[in-house]
Amino acid sequence: MQFSLSSSPHNHVRRDTKQVMQMVCLGCIPGIIAQTYFFGLGTLIQILLAVLTAVLTEALIVSLRGKTISAVINDYSAVLTGVLLGICLPPLAPWWLVVIGSFFSIAIVKQLYGGLGFNMFNPAMTGYVMLLISFPMAMTMWLPVQSLALHPYGFSDAISVIFTGYNLAGYDVNQLREIADGTSQATPLDAVRSGLIAGQTYSETLNASIFGGSNWGLGKGWTWVALAYLLGGLWLLWTKVINWQMPVSTLAGVALTALFLNMLLPDASGGVLFHLLSGAVMFGAFFIVTDPVSGSTTNQGRIIFGALIGFWTVIIRTFGGYPDAIAFAVIIMNIAVPLIDYYTQPRTYGHVQK
Amino acid sequence: MQPQYKELTWQGLWNNNPALVQLLGLCPLLAVTTTAINGLGLGLATLIVLMGSNITVSLVRELVPNEIRIPIFVMVIAAFVTVVQLLMNAFTYELYLTLGIFIPLIVTNCAIIGRAEAFASKNPVKASAYDGFIMGLGFGLVLVLLGGMRELLGNGTFLSGAHLLLGDWASVLEVQVFEFEQAFLLAILPPGAFIGMGLIIALKNLLHPKLEQTFAPQPEKVVERARVTLEES
Repeated sequence: MQFSLSSSPHNHVRRDTKQVMQMVCLGCIPGIIAQTYFFGLGTLIQILLAVLTAVLTEALIVSLRGKTISAVINDYSAVLTGVLLGICLPPLAPWWLVVIGSFFSIAIVKQLYGGLGFNMFNPAMTGYVMLLISFPMAMTMWLPVQSLALHPYGFSDAISVIFTGYNLAGYDVNQLREIADGTSQATPLDAVRSGLIAGQTYSETLNASIFGGSNWGLGKGWTWVALAYLLGGLWLLWTKVINWQMPVSTLAGVALTALFLNMLLPDASGGVLFHLLSGAVMFGAFFIVTDPVSGSTTNQGRIIFGALIGFWTVIIRTFGGYPDAIAFAVIIMNIAVPLIDYYTQPRTYGHVQK
Repeated sequence: MQPQYKELTWQGLWNNNPALVQLLGLCPLLAVTTTAINGLGLGLATLIVLMGSNITVSLVRELVPNEIRIPIFVMVIAAFVTVVQLLMNAFTYELYLTLGIFIPLIVTNCAIIGRAEAFASKNPVKASAYDGFIMGLGFGLVLVLLGGMRELLGNGTFLSGAHLLLGDWASVLEVQVFEFEQAFLLAILPPGAFIGMGLIIALKNLLHPKLEQTFAPQPEKVVERARVTLEES
């Protein structure tokens, strides 16, 4: 038996940045499949455009900074940012939207701060927030579940709508959003939100067609998408690409805050399952919050970081101006990361806790 | 141009620009520059106040006791701001309403008290007046540039609202450069001001080495010895 000597850290997982990034991209696949199954092929084109722009932008900025392009591009971090951003956009958003967002994510949020490892904020989420506050109209053009849509679209339709605004039959996005009775179908979060604003109680808003009679606030299609991201996330947990603290604490933060608010204001806030399984909570908890760069680095800090993201998500969803809030919550907590890390430094071996 | 004025020009417009290098007066700079004309209006107001306060401070610099100079400078600046505010209220009423609180806030613009303290209280009237003018110009140019950028990206227009400042004839100056289906709101919103400002500073730093070679006033060379070289023939 050979007794090998090596210096610390005695880490035997031989996974480099590139493999980790690739595995996170792979973890998105179940969610992407569910999204394209329910809402059409547009998402795939958005992801493709976002990845393309992200990689080109990264190459451009890296060459401006006088570094070797291949070494930086090969770490797949730009690809992952593109994938995550593409997933968040409405499937038939115009091409310039995704290009602007992806460029902003890489050039401003990531490279201006110094590239991978130095960005304070999550690139994909900051790009998404920039798009959301800049182009609120285009960013809320979500489609109905395709099996209910009046005009389901195919692949060439998707390309045509994204690049020209009209599909091959001449319908624009607003018409493609119509369901069989000629109304457009909102997302679960939008349906509850606009219902509450119109003076309905939470349980009344659950009569909206998107919920299909579910009393738990489970939106058609959207619930399956969330569960698919949960599946991909569990795979990442199982392969130890991400650690459990952040996703678990995020989901717990969402659930506890939702439970508490729902007991306090049963008519004006959503239930626990509604909050967990609509919008971007599942996707965010496993794929966004777990970003190793912009998140907290201590184990204790990760729990605080995730829990507060969950807390802010429900608070902003209930009282804020936008229907979903994962991106805002992540950015708020990104700002707090240095503070969290400062107060949660673990005791060094041999030192006494102050 | 005399070397002193050349130096002042270089410092005020570029090397020590109040907006780009000293980063003074950021509050109005970021808040009002949603259009080029708003920027121009506030830039002119700041320029007038800066010149007036510099001249006055320079005139009374021998009389002011050192211990209470700051309150006195502030009073002088406040007086000029009031004058400018009343003038704008009288002659450019709509612009006055648009700029709102940021006209009285010129009092707190650090660029002005900075020049009073750093330059006017130590230099004669003529140089102080020129310094006030060129610093105000440097500040105003950045306001117009940032305002123009944000207006162009956010509304697709340039010099919109020119008639508010320059009179009715100026409405011919307003150009619709692009037509957007959806405006780029970020440029108009406050984050756009910060990002735009950062990009302008980056551009300034990028251009600096070249411009320094061309425009920076060289200190006069003192010839120490005559060199005699024999050409090889």
